[in-house]
Amino acid sequence: MTNPMKIAIASGKGGTGKTFISTNLFNLLQKKGLNVALVDCDAEEPNCRLFLTEGKLEATHEVNQKIPELDLSKCTYCGKCAEYCNYNAIFFLKEPKIVNVLEEICHGCGACSVACDYGAISEKDDLLGHVSKFALSPKSALIESRTKVGVYSSVNVIKAAIKEAAGFDLVLFDAPPGIGCPFIQTVAQADYVVLVTEPTPYGLSDLKQSIETLKGMNKSYGVIINKAGLGNEEIYDYLQKENIPLLMSVPFDKNIAVSYSKGKLLTNRDSGWEEKFSVLFNTIKEEYGNSNN
Amino acid sequence: MEIAIISGKGGTGKSSISAAFATLQKEVVLADCDVDAANLYLLFKPVCDEEHAIITGQKAVINQDKCIACGLCIDYCRFDAIVKEDNRVNIVETFCDGCLLCSRVCPQEAIDIIDEDKSRMYAGRFKNGRMVYGRLAPGEENTGKLVSKVRDKAKQIAKESGIKDIIIDGPPGIGCSAISSITGVDAVVVVTEPTLSGLHDLKRTLEITAGFNLKTSVIINKCDINEEMSSKIEEYCAQNNIEVVGKYPFDPLVVRAMVNCRSITDFAPDAEISKLIKQSYQKLF
Repeated sequence: MTNPMKIAIASGKGGTGKTFISTNLFNLLQKKGLNVALVDCDAEEPNCRLFLTEGKLEATHEVNQKIPELDLSKCTYCGKCAEYCNYNAIFFLKEPKIVNVLEEICHGCGACSVACDYGAISEKDDLLGHVSKFALSPKSALIESRTKVGVYSSVNVIKAAIKEAAGFDLVLFDAPPGIGCPFIQTVAQADYVVLVTEPTPYGLSDLKQSIETLKGMNKSYGVIINKAGLGNEEIYDYLQKENIPLLMSVPFDKNIAVSYSKGKLLTNRDSGWEEKFSVLFNTIKEEYGNSNN
Repeated sequence: MEIAIISGKGGTGKSSISAAFATLQKEVVLADCDVDAANLYLLFKPVCDEEHAIITGQKAVINQDKCIACGLCIDYCRFDAIVKEDNRVNIVETFCDGCLLCSRVCPQEAIDIIDEDKSRMYAGRFKNGRMVYGRLAPGEENTGKLVSKVRDKAKQIAKESGIKDIIIDGPPGIGCSAISSITGVDAVVVVTEPTLSGLHDLKRTLEITAGFNLKTSVIINKCDINEEMSSKIEEYCAQNNIEVVGKYPFDPLVVRAMVNCRSITDFAPDAEISKLIKQSYQKLF
């Protein structure tokens, strides 16, 4: 078997239409009978499930990290654990003797347990979120990452969800917005990145930042312009000048916004859009082929 | 008063509304805490008199001259960030969390730690007062830390210059940078949109603000895209005792204002949407 093809759908700016593109593309491919998974990597605000309601829940599992638990009867208040913690997640005072774990900012790296020479630190599970798998057909699934509300970093939950997609021929990632750690963890595991943007000054500025980040990671990418017709033309000049492939353009259309607001997929309602997403997939495959040969 | 504008879901119009609120003030400190995708400086083109390098974290680098490829560090790393290939140990930079544990356990002292210092914070003046913003360098992490620095600076400027109000334009999501943007503020405004995703994300966002016991209100932007959903959001807010301080219809003028580098209330002060924003402003400030 050849390696699976892994494509991330991402954007710097939020609300440009990542989920709109990824759910429609996935839906089309699963209807065609492909062996395909969509991983919702926007663990802070996962939305794909809202559009793919017919998927049957197959399994949900917890994602935990190990965090320290202190046994103060063994603690000598030496302070080495606080010194080892690079996240300031252990509050320590020598006089009066205070040592406290700030659980919400702990990254679960285990350094404090290694630091402690007195056996005063053991570890316990700390719930970060859940990964759920919904089967759309015998050959396709939506895999959702979802952080527990209040968890600072979604990275471990995203990683666990991506692992769950092993075994599929084709894997799509609906990436989180921005260029921070959740975005990087997602695109790092993709072979090709589709950046969805809108033709506004904010859209362009954020697109440039995403591209700069992807260049640093040696990733191939192409761009989809959503809400075309809104804003200005500057982005087209930029793409041309930088020789960046424009994979698809979706016009600004209130009807699309209305159907999106109701959780409806265009690829279930309109054969014209089915055709457009089919062309998009072929374009991506071609670009993917070019970038990997 | 320190007031944060966040959204949960991205693209609901948070920054456009923050910009409008900021220009309705005679003098304000505007803090752009969406450090992943800072945009307000594009609009207001502040004249910056301060630039600070912010160390957002650290990364491990293996000194191959000293490394004996024993692999001990691999056993300790919990981030899958160290791999052994052809008897050579390497750090997978994107996975390194900067915990430093590998460098502490290495018997050869072969792991160096370098600072991630390319992210920047800027402070300056714009036509309605002062502005602070952060820009995360591509590939750097810990946005929460940069957000805290931006907020500290905004508070310092407000204190020194006697400016009463700080407006924070927050990031999307509910992770570390969103949490850092709202902890300890006087009020939070959540901007949502009447879509299934909007409502879903709003619920999670309100759970966060309730968890921190923050005074929270909601603005429903683009409310005419789906009136039914808009009513659902209002009902949900009413049930949870959260005031809806504004409902704005979709108006392409907002994008035109952005293209012209103006806030909507400056660009079209007499437009219906500007009037609605002013009404919300009066309720909030």
